[in-house]
Amino acid sequence: MIGNLNFTLLFDPLSLFFILVIFVISVPSAIYSVSYLKGEYSFAKIILAWILLLVFVLSMVFVVTVSNILAFLAFWEIMSLVSYFLVVFDARHEKSIQAGMIYIVMTHIGTAFLIAAFMLMYKYAHSFDFLTIKNACQTMPLQTKNIVFLLLLAGFGTKAGIVPLHIWLPYAHPQAPSHISSIMSGVMIKTAIYGIVRFVIFILCVNSSWWGVLILVLAVISCLVGVIYALMEHDIKRLLAYHSVENIGIILLGIGMAMFFISLNLPYLSIFSLIAALYHLINHAIFKGLLFLCAGSVYKATGTRDIEKLGGLIKSMPQTAAYFLLGAMAISALPPLNGFVSEWLTLQAFFLGAFNVMGGARLFLGICAAMLALTSGLAAACFVKAFGITFLAQPRSRYAKDAKEVSLSMKIGMLFLSLLTVIFGLAAAKIIKLLAIVAGSATGIDSSGMIFSINNLSLTLQAGKSIYLSTPLLALVLIILGIASFAIYKLFGTAKEIIYKTWDCGYYKLDSRNEYTATAFSKPFRIAFSFFLMPYRKTQKIRESFYHVKSFAYETHTTLVFKKYIYDPVLALVFGLAKSMRRLQPGSIHLYLGYIFITVLLLIIFMHKF
Amino acid sequence: MKIIIIILQLILFIIVAPILSGLVSKIKNNIRLRKGQSILQPYYNLAKLFFKDEVVSETASWIFRITPFVVISSTLVAAMLIPVVILPSPIYKMGDFLALIFIFALGRFFLALSALDTGSSFGGMGSSREMFISSLVEPAFCLVVFSISLEFGSTDISAFSGIHAVSVSSTVAAVALFLVTIAETSRIPVDNQETHLELTMVHEAMVLEYSGKRLALIEMSSYIKQMILFFLIAQIIFPIAQPGLGNLMQLVLWALWYLARIIIIVITVALVEVSVAKMRLFRVADFLGFAFVLGVIATVCAILGV
Repeated sequence: MIGNLNFTLLFDPLSLFFILVIFVISVPSAIYSVSYLKGEYSFAKIILAWILLLVFVLSMVFVVTVSNILAFLAFWEIMSLVSYFLVVFDARHEKSIQAGMIYIVMTHIGTAFLIAAFMLMYKYAHSFDFLTIKNACQTMPLQTKNIVFLLLLAGFGTKAGIVPLHIWLPYAHPQAPSHISSIMSGVMIKTAIYGIVRFVIFILCVNSSWWGVLILVLAVISCLVGVIYALMEHDIKRLLAYHSVENIGIILLGIGMAMFFISLNLPYLSIFSLIAALYHLINHAIFKGLLFLCAGSVYKATGTRDIEKLGGLIKSMPQTAAYFLLGAMAISALPPLNGFVSEWLTLQAFFLGAFNVMGGARLFLGICAAMLALTSGLAAACFVKAFGITFLAQPRSRYAKDAKEVSLSMKIGMLFLSLLTVIFGLAAAKIIKLLAIVAGSATGIDSSGMIFSINNLSLTLQAGKSIYLSTPLLALVLIILGIASFAIYKLFGTAKEIIYKTWDCGYYKLDSRNEYTATAFSKPFRIAFSFFLMPYRKTQKIRESFYHVKSFAYETHTTLVFKKYIYDPVLALVFGLAKSMRRLQPGSIHLYLGYIFITVLLLIIFMHKF
Repeated sequence: MKIIIIILQLILFIIVAPILSGLVSKIKNNIRLRKGQSILQPYYNLAKLFFKDEVVSETASWIFRITPFVVISSTLVAAMLIPVVILPSPIYKMGDFLALIFIFALGRFFLALSALDTGSSFGGMGSSREMFISSLVEPAFCLVVFSISLEFGSTDISAFSGIHAVSVSSTVAAVALFLVTIAETSRIPVDNQETHLELTMVHEAMVLEYSGKRLALIEMSSYIKQMILFFLIAQIIFPIAQPGLGNLMQLVLWALWYLARIIIIVITVALVEVSVAKMRLFRVADFLGFAFVLGVIATVCAILGV
């Protein structure tokens, strides 16, 4: 049985693409970590961090290149375990241990689903090899295929963090050291997307349209839930982690559409949607990696991740601020950066899809597109908050006041990734052509004849009606007009500029306590989405005497719906069960001997009877 | 030649845009039986601002300083994408109807940041509210684009600038776009351009710290953005074919009708502004939810082919 195990590696375009994603993020993160780790940890721990990082990156590379499911599972497990050690790297914080616990439990539940799916596949193929399984899957009955699909979706969905399996993500990602957070959010959760593309699209081959629809629905929910939670968050790294849930949703929108169109036999559109998904995947890796590194710099410089205590960092940390701004613009899909291109492509895929399907599916795609638009609007709001409260105005605490710009190696890591956000925005046409090859190899559709130049996305069905997007031209015109307006500004009118205090309504000494806070910023959203967030208040009066209230504590919280209504009851059930089981084990050796006796008796009866 | 036409179009937008605001306020005043300011008042304001000293907050960073330029250049790019005169030109290859949504978002993003930059709580208030409203505007806007492009089979802006029959779908879409326009141009019942009351202002709160020439640039971009949206509504609800250049008579009629339909929208906006009260901020969610539902209806109609 072990005889047919071979550890040949697969280097098809899909694997190569993911290797590229892994290294594009890991290398700058590693460079960044040189000075990030220094001073934060002891020498031995730094060495340990480097070893773990190396094993982590290598295990991810193997996950996306191995060509049989046993090896895949082995490396998948190594990846999960090593990342667990990295999550609990700051073991002195109790939060890390707790986050690690949630992470390791969730990731193993996911792996359990994967093992179940792989066992079903093995049952039909009698082989662990990807290609043999792929061939065997063609004769697999539809019922089994559906079950395998659902198991795979649950398994990879846990790793990817799709709602409602996202529960671990906002705990685990922020707790790891920042360069690891950047790799985890940027790359590790993408291995789950690799899994879905490799196992569902490539091996299983899609043939029911409800698969794609299910993924689209889950993706829309992930987008909205992720971004709404992110808006409520003040911990900068956790905010970014929630945005990973959102962006995984956007990637899955593309994947879901690709699957939907494959089942409808629309090859051109399925390739196009998959391109959108993969493009967003690498873009998200870049800007999320960048944002986590910036968040790490802020943490390193100020010692806090709570944005309510920050502010004014644009003056003390100008470079970090600029990099964060680029990342924030990219994730908010602002032209001409990379996030804009891939969100535009995803929206365009919805539109092109709607032109080619009929009836209710059109409306469905339209509403999905609208939800994506809502998501990107909310994401922009969230990053106005994240950047504005962290970097602008006056410092809100002495940590922020004493912040200093970070050292060179951290800057290099951030600079590299922020350049990539620009390059991946401007070089869209080239990248789409390359991604068409990847998408073609993943779906088994010949994409070489399809024209995917971004300057000419003419559709096959409607000749003469083309859609255009040219980011370089857009950037050029933006810059020209910006310069022109600046020239007009300089040439005409008076040139006098007075530096003076912010208008304070005649109230003297406007200080940082008068500034708008992140909580206040997100208040309209908290009220508008209160049906989902269920906000509640805690107030406490601290009295000096009965008559005099010395201070008043006021907290506002939101209810974590999924935790409260899904995970907590399940956990309570598990613990309750464990508690009642405990009665079996009272510590009396006589009773245990009795157990053994009964067991032996039952076994004898069992063997005799059956 | 093409470049010249595009530059002419930009200049047209810059010159004409303020007058629309002047017209709206004139009509509003006349309905209220007031004499009202001259319709050229926006120009006087701009000119005045250009010759005023500028005050920049000492808390402000470079974000505050560059924002007006980002805002005006992104708005002008949006204006370039709107086909006032339809000519196949390379500039339309810059982006499509969908890109327009994102280009508007660019200016808004910076404006919201600059509002936070000065550390004034008015700015924060405006910034938070503006982002709240705009994030709710986007799905409705997206569905409008969706239903319209379903009819044309393309999101290319020049595609629907040609002739098309007015349908139920495009009418509903135009109404939805009208609601979106009210929100985007900060008009009653979503926002009120005329007041500086801290409890209600949204856009005005955001730009509160701006003065002088920078304020002029931001005001200018608001005017242009308003004109772009008016143009879009006009094109959807009163479609019009462009005549050949030969027939002068036809060309004049075309130009007059072109102007008239903008005026119709201006009058409608003014009527809406005087006849409804400003909403509480959290009711704006319902208002834009209604726009979203209209977008869904427009899409359904487009699918049904009516």
